[in-house]
Amino acid sequence: MNDIDYGTPAVVADREVTLNIDGVAVSVPAGTTVMRAAVQAGVMIPKLCATDSLEPFGSCRLCLVEIEGRRGYPSSCTTPAEAGMKVRTQSPKLADLRRNVMELYISDHPLDCLTCAANGNCELQTMAGTVGLREVRYGMAGANHFTDVKKDESNPYFTYDPGKCIVCNRCVRACEETQGTFALTISGRGFESRVSAGQSEDFMDSECVSCGACVNACPTATLMEKTVIAKGQAEHSVTTTCAYCGVGCGFKAEMQGSEVVRMVPWKDGRANEGHACVKGRFAWGYATHADRITKPMIRAKISDPWREVSWEEAIAHAAGEFRRIQDKHGRNSIGALVSSRCTNEEDYLVQKLVRAAFGNNNVDTCARVCHSPTGYGLKQTLGESAGTQTFKSVEKADVIMVVGANPTDGHPVFASRMKRRLRAGAKLIVLDPREIDLVKSPHIRADHHLKLRPGTNVAVLTALAHVIVTEGLVNERFIAERCEAQAFADWREFVARPANSPEALEADSGVPAAEVRAAARLYATGGNAAIYYGLGVTEHSQGSTAVIAIANLAMATGNVGREGVGVNPLRGQNNVQGSCDMGSFPHELPGYRHVSDTITRELFEHAWNVSIQPEPGLRIPNMFEAALDGSFRALYCQGEDPVQSDPNTQHVQSALAAMECVVVQDLFLNETAKFAHVFLPGASFLEKDGTFTNAERRISRVRKVMAPLSGKADWEVTMALSNALGYPMHYEHPSQIMDEIARLTPTFAGVSFDKIDRLGSLQWPCNDETPEGTPTMHVDSFVRGKGRFLITQYVPTDEKVTRKFPLLLTTGRVLSQYNVGAQTRRTENVRFYDEDRLEIHPHDAEERGISNGDWVGIQSRAGDTVLRATVTERVQPGVVYTTFHFPESGANVITTDNSDWATNCPEYKVTAVELVHVDQPSEWQLRNAHEDKVQRRLLAGATAK
Amino acid sequence: MNIPNLIKMANQIGAFFEAMPNHEQAVKDIASHIQRSWDPRMRAALLRHIGDAGDAELSPMVREAFVLVKKAG
Ligand code: SF4
Ligand code: SF4
Ligand code: SF4
Ligand code: FES
Repeated sequence: MNDIDYGTPAVVADREVTLNIDGVAVSVPAGTTVMRAAVQAGVMIPKLCATDSLEPFGSCRLCLVEIEGRRGYPSSCTTPAEAGMKVRTQSPKLADLRRNVMELYISDHPLDCLTCAANGNCELQTMAGTVGLREVRYGMAGANHFTDVKKDESNPYFTYDPGKCIVCNRCVRACEETQGTFALTISGRGFESRVSAGQSEDFMDSECVSCGACVNACPTATLMEKTVIAKGQAEHSVTTTCAYCGVGCGFKAEMQGSEVVRMVPWKDGRANEGHACVKGRFAWGYATHADRITKPMIRAKISDPWREVSWEEAIAHAAGEFRRIQDKHGRNSIGALVSSRCTNEEDYLVQKLVRAAFGNNNVDTCARVCHSPTGYGLKQTLGESAGTQTFKSVEKADVIMVVGANPTDGHPVFASRMKRRLRAGAKLIVLDPREIDLVKSPHIRADHHLKLRPGTNVAVLTALAHVIVTEGLVNERFIAERCEAQAFADWREFVARPANSPEALEADSGVPAAEVRAAARLYATGGNAAIYYGLGVTEHSQGSTAVIAIANLAMATGNVGREGVGVNPLRGQNNVQGSCDMGSFPHELPGYRHVSDTITRELFEHAWNVSIQPEPGLRIPNMFEAALDGSFRALYCQGEDPVQSDPNTQHVQSALAAMECVVVQDLFLNETAKFAHVFLPGASFLEKDGTFTNAERRISRVRKVMAPLSGKADWEVTMALSNALGYPMHYEHPSQIMDEIARLTPTFAGVSFDKIDRLGSLQWPCNDETPEGTPTMHVDSFVRGKGRFLITQYVPTDEKVTRKFPLLLTTGRVLSQYNVGAQTRRTENVRFYDEDRLEIHPHDAEERGISNGDWVGIQSRAGDTVLRATVTERVQPGVVYTTFHFPESGANVITTDNSDWATNCPEYKVTAVELVHVDQPSEWQLRNAHEDKVQRRLLAGATAK
Repeated sequence: MNIPNLIKMANQIGAFFEAMPNHEQAVKDIASHIQRSWDPRMRAALLRHIGDAGDAELSPMVREAFVLVKKAG
């Protein structure tokens, strides 16, 4: 079950060297260690302090070898292989030396192997066996043999038992090299030396972010998952993909039967290369949480108690309602929402259901409210609605520009990769209203932090372009070869205008012009420059314009089409890219082809044997408007919780309340389910097969490790609904759905489950020209042919500060919680973060008499809510910040209906507010708490039966 | 459909294209953006409103664009 450990990391080199190990000739890239070369030759050299995820350390002296012509016994983990070297890994002398080393280790190690959690999977035990340790001459005097050293059990997911520590330093190095947090040190000397978190604090009180890299690296039971302590070692494992963020980390789910024992990041997963974060590695307990609803339920009115029914009854009821409503109010009066949490196959099936069985285009995905501007902006400029690189590409970047993203919290595993590159010397530019962790983290300082006012991205990005154009930093050759000449000339003239200079825009953006100029020069001249951006770019009234401005910058400086550069949207949820690819938008069929495009439509019409409407359907916010208007009456909502996640909660609630039939398919009775008439239990990622597509366009497999708790995987539910509606769907396995996608979508033509199984993962486009996928896009030419510059006029948002609403609220996420929190709130992650807080600058706090921890009322044009204050200089004066992980905080009660001009992506990032010191929750919160109780009562009746 | 919202959305679309140097093309682009992204009932609602109450709330280029939207049906 364990992967081969090569002892030291792989080396990439142009030159190979051939050496001889125990009589076997082996060729390896120059710079490879003797230890790694030996493993390649099939020879395992004993080791303890070395592991292939970490740079060699050379402390345990167990890996000694003999090299012909050299004196002594060099450690193989630190000795580079050289051409012609003759290495011996076994000799009586080596055996003796190794036994002595082992003996010393064991002399101070507790001998409770039989009851130890690592039993059966302990490197120390294995090594003792390998070197043939038979006696320990030092007796039993070692302090750790009998004395009970106090364990640190403060972390909810793993324990630290110092008595078992062999001080191999692997954990310390993992925290530094793999994770980049530098939380651990070795304190004390000799037998007294121990690992300690921070200044000898508990793990919980230290800087530790619970990524688990140290636990993974520890060869003993010193750092150990609590689930393994509770359940024992796993007996088989299944490779799958994390269902949280858009990094899409590969995992091995280690199992006992159908029970998960632990999740171990997959070494060969190309998105994460063996690393993970606290969510994916540890926060999977929600999948079997008692709140899971596993039986279908229906009710006539939302004030009625729920009634558990059979699958057949629930599906027949939903289908009957949909048809009844269509008969009465027309074909276009119903629609569906799909989730970026679901698999590609599920997303594809729901849009097919809408287009073929509902007979309209009213399908949308929650990507609407996060990255729809990315789809629009990148398609318009570069020609494809996707990021241009692999994550690994960052290792070749010289300048990294992070715009409106907070990778250490939102995309932690990619952040670790990025931080590694930054520690190695890459320069960093951050555009963010808030001082995100990346601005100052261990051994990293941003070279420029442009602390702009929320809502002024386009002003600052255009000002950067102004500097590049007017200071002669444009890559003329690249543009002449690869971009549309007229569009570029228009753009050049536009950005060069004095009105777009950093000086002219300083008053709006709040960023000193000199900083903008310096950042622009660095971006344009610092070598390979890569832009990474997130929802701080897209969730604005000018979200699409900002994405375009980013693409303009990359084209103007020739930073597209090779490794180390590019335009990289950091996608929020696991399958945002995929749900967009799958045609979940009301205007696009799979592969981003507009529904008005006759050739594409005919292709699908022929395959599906239906006619498809050539006009776009309703987007999410349009559905709500239409519901209030009476022209939209029923919704099938799969894996989405718009009541919590969409802006202006009260507006969404009244729209849902106006509908005649709301069908919610989810793991839990979420906020939207309070308005539902039919509840169809969903399946977690552990309960189904399928694929997710991450932010680098990488399609990875999700594999079923346990049977669906409700008896049906989500794709089976959609299929049943379609059949009940009279549109037949018959798939036996999600792989057949992918085959259909591949047949109908040119960018997916070469994709199949078999191929993904064989290659581990695949980046689309994948077709005849690129049968193994496409790591870097737009290499020789842009997907649209020539790159197209577009003018990005800064238009201030309508959400302006006034005397009544003098502060700007912006929103974000924390590491330990995930979006609406439905999953992470049902895990021990609540111990890291258990309420949404409002960050406020000391100056603004003082003016309003607010102190740390006080309850503050936050009022906007849309509504009001109450949160507790955290007074901090991370935010600038005039700006307040909160997260939206807990439904009771009602963060979206205050966000407004403002949205991106091109895509209607909500402007979550800018809301004008005022704060007052209060001592009780808002009216909405009181009402919501009451409704919560009512709904729980309505549920109790159903589940009691 | 909520008319003030539709008007706001249309004007926002207009604001992006208004900056383009070729007026005629920009008007076409506004019309096409609306045509390609608005559900027909949204277009119809705004056209009805324009018919009843005039187009004074729309920015000048959006007004021109809606002439094209109307023609396209
Ligand atoms: S869990 Fe991660 S952050 Fe915490 S000490 Fe271990 S490696 Fe460092
Ligand atoms: S805790 Fe584990 S990894 Fe860290 S030094 Fe001790 S034995 Fe090594
Ligand atoms: S970084 Fe994202 S994909 Fe990876 S383990 Fe964490 S949440 Fe999962
Ligand atoms: S494994 Fe080489 S010195 Fe420890």
